[in-house]
Amino acid sequence: MLEIKDMVVAYGRVNAVKGISFEVKQGQIVTLLGTNGAGKSTTLRAISGLLKLASGEIWFEGERLDGLPAHKIVERGIAQSPEGRRLFRQMSVEDNLKLGAFSRKDTSGIRAEMDRIYDLFPVLGERRSEAAGLFSGGEQQMLAIGRAMMSRPKLLMLDEPSMGLSPIMTQTIMRTISELQADGVTILLVEQNAQAALSLADRGYVLEVGHIMFSDSGQALLGDDRVRKAYLGAD
Amino acid sequence: MDLFFQQLINGLSLGALYALIAVGYTVVYGIVQLINFAHGEIFMVGAFGAYATWMVMGQPANLSVGMALGVVLPLMLVGGVVSSVVVALLTERVAYRPLRNAPRLAPLISAIGVSVFLQEFVRLFYGTIPFVTRIPGWPDAKSAVPFPSISGISDASVQIGGVLVQASALFTLLALVVCTVFLWFFVNRTKTGRAMVATSQDPDTARLMGINVDRVIVAAFAVGAGLAAIAGVAHGLRYGNIDFRMGFLAGLKAFTAAVLGGIGNINGAVVGGLVLGVVEALASNYLGTTAWKDVWAFALLILVLVFRPQGLLGAKVVDRA
Ligand SMILES: Nc1ncnc2c1ncn2[C@@H]1O[C@H](COP(=O)(O)OP(=O)(O)O)[C@@H](O)[C@H]1O
Ligand SMILES: [Mg+2]
Repeated sequence: MLEIKDMVVAYGRVNAVKGISFEVKQGQIVTLLGTNGAGKSTTLRAISGLLKLASGEIWFEGERLDGLPAHKIVERGIAQSPEGRRLFRQMSVEDNLKLGAFSRKDTSGIRAEMDRIYDLFPVLGERRSEAAGLFSGGEQQMLAIGRAMMSRPKLLMLDEPSMGLSPIMTQTIMRTISELQADGVTILLVEQNAQAALSLADRGYVLEVGHIMFSDSGQALLGDDRVRKAYLGAD
Repeated sequence: MDLFFQQLINGLSLGALYALIAVGYTVVYGIVQLINFAHGEIFMVGAFGAYATWMVMGQPANLSVGMALGVVLPLMLVGGVVSSVVVALLTERVAYRPLRNAPRLAPLISAIGVSVFLQEFVRLFYGTIPFVTRIPGWPDAKSAVPFPSISGISDASVQIGGVLVQASALFTLLALVVCTVFLWFFVNRTKTGRAMVATSQDPDTARLMGINVDRVIVAAFAVGAGLAAIAGVAHGLRYGNIDFRMGFLAGLKAFTAAVLGGIGNINGAVVGGLVLGVVEALASNYLGTTAWKDVWAFALLILVLVFRPQGLLGAKVVDRA
């Protein structure tokens, strides 16, 4: 469904992503792991069209994406919940969700989508007219995911959804992610919490300073010594 | 006391003029962090566009109030708005968009260039087919051009107690009220308006929502230009003439108003404009002569910049209108 080929992304003259290739198949959860500064967010931002590629290609459902402006990429069916959630904090829950549906014109479909999200996260429905900035970290993460879902994406990219959340909240979010997968959404999940991400993932890629070091199925990576040492706190 | 109220109403109507122009500085700054120094010239182009519309209509004069207010003035407003919007969008496309990712100083210099260009263009080419011929019967704009007199406004006034209110002042105040209501509706109730607020708060995230930021920028320039054109007509009615330099001082004052209210904040631009107008009117009446009015206006700007740099209502984002 999504295929990245030899992608290089630079800030100024410094390459942050140094020629990576990977693939996300329809219906899968794929995770990108790596420590801070590995290039995970840069990768997602490039796929979303916020950053230009220095070289390489991005393909989605047989169509080349790189070079398209960001709003066209949303129209193609790729949504992102960015790192740090980036909600419109002074706007209400409802207004945030409406902005998530900006690319859509089917008013009744948007309404139905919103109701689905309020079902999934009842707290958002109960406090839909309150400003997003007033919610707890976990609730804000729910809103960020909900907002990304409003465009009805085929591929949902989540950048560190567990960041700053309690273990219980992290579990809730991870459960939501697998429910979304069960609903047919394909997911590209960026995480530093390797344990949580790999338990869900069909496939994982480990990124270090802009290179993919290795990849395997989620289960295999959970048992891999290199992953256990570097990311799961085992010694 | 009558004198005070007289000056207050003078100040408010002058302030309404500043406010209408100030909105353009603030919406553009809120979205692209550009101080569009050519915005004063967009105001001037609006006045000349309205004048041109009147010329094209065959210089209708001595009309009934109904014809003047119901037909001629609305058409002049439309002509002014169209001229300003077209010129503003051209400058955005030609002078600012190519510099979107350049260092901040580049678009600023480009804006100053556009400002000089527009002044000179109107001065040299108004009423001509450039480099070909003068259009017979059109005035040139090398000196002030008398603005058409509109029955019911140019010559009219209302007496309220001891206070004499010019109809042109009422027109300006009414225009500000109508435009403020329009802005509120636009920002809060239209999709483009919501996109504008989102873009001013967080442009990258706005793009992740599927918002075409280029379109939002175009909308911001268009809205600002439309209001400036209305101000241009109000200026013509108030002072009875227009000239190619009128955008310089008015633009500077309106920019002051925008900073005063908090640049990027639409409410701030409106409040800042009104406060500036009133301070200017009262100060020039009670503290020396009218010759000093610009001194007080800019003294106020300096005081605000020193003691409350975020402006009266707080800077940042086109938050609510
Ligand atoms: N806006 C930026 N400007 C310059 N360098 C950046 C910028 N954003 C990230 N980087 C650099 O790019 C590298 C990758 O960053 P990032 O993709 O954010 O990593 P991750 O998401 O894996 O933590 C880091 O070295 C980081 O310092
Ligand atoms: Mg990151």
